Amino acid sequence: MSPIFKHGPSAQHRLLLVLICSVLLIFFDHHIGSFETARGYLQSFVSPLQYLATAPKRMMIWTAENLTSRKDLIEQNQSYKVNELLLREQLMHLSDLEKENNRLRSLLASPLREETKKMVAEVIAVDSDPYTHQIVINRGANDGVYEGQAVLDDQGIVGQIQHVGTISSRVILITDVTHAVPVRVSRNGIRMIATGTGQIDKLVNNFVPHSTDVIVGDVLVTSGLGGKYPEGYPVSTILKVNQDESRAFAQVISEPVAKIDRLRYLLLLWPNIKNAEPSAIKEEKK
Amino acid sequence: MLAHNGIIILLTLLLALIATIIPMPLSVDAFRPDWVLVVLIYWCLALPSRVNVITAWIIGFILDVLLGSILGVHAAALAISVFIIAENFQKIRNFSIWQQSIIVGVLAALYHLLVFWMQRFISDVVFLPSYLYPVITTIILWPWALLLLRKIRRHFQIK
Repeated sequence: MSPIFKHGPSAQHRLLLVLICSVLLIFFDHHIGSFETARGYLQSFVSPLQYLATAPKRMMIWTAENLTSRKDLIEQNQSYKVNELLLREQLMHLSDLEKENNRLRSLLASPLREETKKMVAEVIAVDSDPYTHQIVINRGANDGVYEGQAVLDDQGIVGQIQHVGTISSRVILITDVTHAVPVRVSRNGIRMIATGTGQIDKLVNNFVPHSTDVIVGDVLVTSGLGGKYPEGYPVSTILKVNQDESRAFAQVISEPVAKIDRLRYLLLLWPNIKNAEPSAIKEEKK
Repeated sequence: MLAHNGIIILLTLLLALIATIIPMPLSVDAFRPDWVLVVLIYWCLALPSRVNVITAWIIGFILDVLLGSILGVHAAALAISVFIIAENFQKIRNFSIWQQSIIVGVLAALYHLLVFWMQRFISDVVFLPSYLYPVITTIILWPWALLLLRKIRRHFQIK
């Protein structure tokens, strides 16, 4: 029953219509950012598709986990025990240091470092789009996740929350071109900004004067400036410093500490408890 | 859209969307074929009265949400690629399967370049040759997708 003569608007008109829609969407989404709340709803709307897409992988992981041999398990268990012993020893040392640090800080009348609330999240989807570096995690507004929240793995900073859905949310990685982290060199405290390059193993530090004291192997940690990332977590290690005097600034390239290409379990941080529980604050006000 | 087993069209498009976001190792990921584009091109060639520019745009919009890119980028690129098919479907239908493959390859390249140009316009991304690797796999995918989807269309008598 397909008619020989087409009815409805012609293809050109349709194309024109959708292109106008696209231009408007791009403008409102990118330049004005007026889709932040709508994005949250859309994210919740498509999360069934994401769960479906990752189902085979989750099944494989599940089977692999359930088919481990007894010997492997015993070996793993032993290595965990040894690890735990070592970590506990460090923890004892650390708690002592923390107390000492707090005492010194109170002597100097500077604010004490607060305890942070943490939550473990799992990666449920990684984007196949080469232009954006984002992942989707299985925590959302229901778990108290908020926009701009810091995300870590066991090595260092991974990124921050970009869009929050009900049961899942989107994390922008530090290697994304549109992302930058305020950092300092942990050796001497020089401040820099680590910007993503769109390549998974490379961050670039712009506007570093030639006279700056950075050497290959320096660890960059978050400086806590900008208020997004809590202070003192490792971000990257310096890979290359090119002090070519013919350029305005030194070229400093660093490599993320976190294993950006093999993320599975992540840690969400609530830097100060006050932010994490807005309902509690409201109640106090009442 | 849903009459005459039109739901099957939607299902194939959803499957293509899922295939686009299914997690893959990084080395294979660069070669991921453009499932959505291939399925859209097939339905547009077979049933241009049902799948057209607007369908392509809506699917592209969902793709934008799934991939987390700026809303409207993939939508516009898909709409333009499908527009070229919709304008020339009578010619392309009569080509041999290999000629069609090459046309699909050119369209896939155009699609990736369009997405790149829009991203370049929005943020400072730099071009890497790896952005065009999917074109190769899309060319290889086309004959198989064509045969499979044709079988589906005939079996369910989608008109």
